[in-house]
Amino acid sequence: MRTDPKVSIKGLYKIFGPDPESVLPAVLGGMNKPDLLERHGHVLGLQDINVEMQTGEITVIMGLSGSGKSTLIRHLNRLIDPTAGEVLVDGEDVLGYSEDRLRRFRQETMSMVFQKFALLPHRTVLQNAGMARRVRGEDDAAASREGRKWLTRVGLSGYEDAYPHQLSGGMQQRVGIARALASDSPIMLMDEAFSALDPLIRTDMQDLLLELQTELHKTIVFITHDLDEALKLADHLVILKDGYVVQQGEPQQILLHPNDPYIEDFVSDINRARVLRVRSVMQPVASGNGHDFAGIVEANDTLEKLISLSGGDTTKAYRVQKSGEDVGVLDMKDLVRALVPAAPAQTGAVR
Amino acid sequence: MAFYDGLFDTLGLRDWCDAGQETGPMSMAQLLAQSSGATGAAEPATPLLQTPFPSLDTLHEACPAIAQTRDMTTGVENAFLAIKNPLKVILDPITQPLSWLLDGSLAFFHAVPWFILIPALLMLTYYATRRWGVTAFVAVSFLFLAFIDHYSYAVETLSIIFVCTMISVALGVPLGILMARSDTMQKISIPILDMLQTLPTFVYLIPLIFLFSVTESKLYGIAIILYAIVPVIRLTDLGIRLVDRDVIEAADAFGMTDRQKLFGVQIPLALPNIMAGINQTIMMSLAMVVIASLVSAPGLGVLVLRGIRNLELGVGLVSGFGIVLLAVLLDRTTKAALGRINASYKT
Repeated sequence: MRTDPKVSIKGLYKIFGPDPESVLPAVLGGMNKPDLLERHGHVLGLQDINVEMQTGEITVIMGLSGSGKSTLIRHLNRLIDPTAGEVLVDGEDVLGYSEDRLRRFRQETMSMVFQKFALLPHRTVLQNAGMARRVRGEDDAAASREGRKWLTRVGLSGYEDAYPHQLSGGMQQRVGIARALASDSPIMLMDEAFSALDPLIRTDMQDLLLELQTELHKTIVFITHDLDEALKLADHLVILKDGYVVQQGEPQQILLHPNDPYIEDFVSDINRARVLRVRSVMQPVASGNGHDFAGIVEANDTLEKLISLSGGDTTKAYRVQKSGEDVGVLDMKDLVRALVPAAPAQTGAVR
Repeated sequence: MAFYDGLFDTLGLRDWCDAGQETGPMSMAQLLAQSSGATGAAEPATPLLQTPFPSLDTLHEACPAIAQTRDMTTGVENAFLAIKNPLKVILDPITQPLSWLLDGSLAFFHAVPWFILIPALLMLTYYATRRWGVTAFVAVSFLFLAFIDHYSYAVETLSIIFVCTMISVALGVPLGILMARSDTMQKISIPILDMLQTLPTFVYLIPLIFLFSVTESKLYGIAIILYAIVPVIRLTDLGIRLVDRDVIEAADAFGMTDRQKLFGVQIPLALPNIMAGINQTIMMSLAMVVIASLVSAPGLGVLVLRGIRNLELGVGLVSGFGIVLLAVLLDRTTKAALGRINASYKT
């Protein structure tokens, strides 16, 4: 476990219904979702969520619809209040905030990007992008300057005076991202931000996000129901099912060692060669001295790249380097073995 | 011998019933019976199929101690008259500005000469709609009304509608916002609004005539506003409740205050609905201003009333057509203005 997480969620429960407090003891006592609904008429939204999100990382929360992922992200900026538990941001309990403090927190510390963009339809693109600044009470000049800067950064210069309905979905979401970035908040929440977009545009937007992240190093919480998207973006992956965390950890590890049949089902469908990286399947350094190396590869290359590099020859082995240093050895046989989904690991989550 | 005599007899209430009998006045039926010389004993029994409903009047026949329906309506009247004076003490000062506004507006519209007022109205129309077609239609309508000497009547009607709509909007939009923000407020308001909308228009006038003098202009002002304010309240409430939840959530997520949310998001996004409400309010005040001519509201309604009273068919029809013309031009103008707003609010 690493130190000082930016955001940490501890023992979070959310129960929906007329009187959630009254059934909380039953839930803490281990009552499951169907029983709670049948006996008490309450819906268990989230149960015992413990997640830590590190500064500068993209934490992806993945789950199917109804798994509680949108509910979970709304607890971070308290659009929804939990029934029990803690949400700590920079060590401060967000739940203890007064209304004023909470408003300032939302204005300055967390920004949000929405699935349906949620732009103000009666304001221009520039006004939308500068919204966070204006809400904070800064003058028009500052709002326009920041808005313009970030619109340019997301590739929308020239559209400042258009209205949102004149733009395509992908462009509208770029405005949404510019709006969130313009607030200059260290934490960015993205609620299924790319789910409403066409597959090609979605890929573009993912690339844009990764590119921005390499220079901005924001703490990003990203919600998605798409495993490919999750694996592409995640530094830390949290998989939710029916309101509880099934598994969380480094995405490559989850892929190689799923600890639940539910996750196995999930990962069995994806193109492992494209998602898995060399570093995940290589042997650590020094163990491969006897090898005859066919070449040098980067630790972050995908297996797909290796396959085409080797021409499908499984007898080859490669020296793996990371920023110029030897870090390990990749045997093509290991690579091929990793392409077949493994049986669920007995050891649980990594982190 | 009345039908329900037996009932009171068996209940043992006969003494109570007859206690005050001597003092009561004789009914027409009793007088007839007396003059024909017949006694109650000769009356044939009522067949079962013709059993009368045990209403107040029927029961009164059998038992004079029970009040008649006439006494009930008198009671309502007395109760109203009893609260009338205290009510007047409160309502009179509150509503007095309405009289001033209506009279002032009428005086203003009369004072401005036609060759200034008509171009001014046309400019206003063009400013609101940005359409030459609608402006030309308004111009032709006014010139026609002026040509057939209905100009001053039409302007009077317009003046009343102008004042009443302004007040309806000034009161209705805040009320609608309150309704949208609180479910309790909505639950309380909806039955009242339903009642205002379904109450026959003439019924408004009855208590108002008792409360205020017919010579005061606020009498018809209040009647028109009560009737016409409903749509603007309803549609403001609806408009604000219909604002996209996602946009509201975004506003919350970026830490907007309630005030910023109301003026920066909710009202602008509800504006198309609010404008539709204002359009309806104008139409309804036009409908009411005609009926209000019964209580001395000036304008085209007076001519319609003259047509009915004196059976002057031509006068009634022409002024009726004038009202239709006014209605159409007000509707087209506000609809065109609404369309202009809608176009820039697409989501």
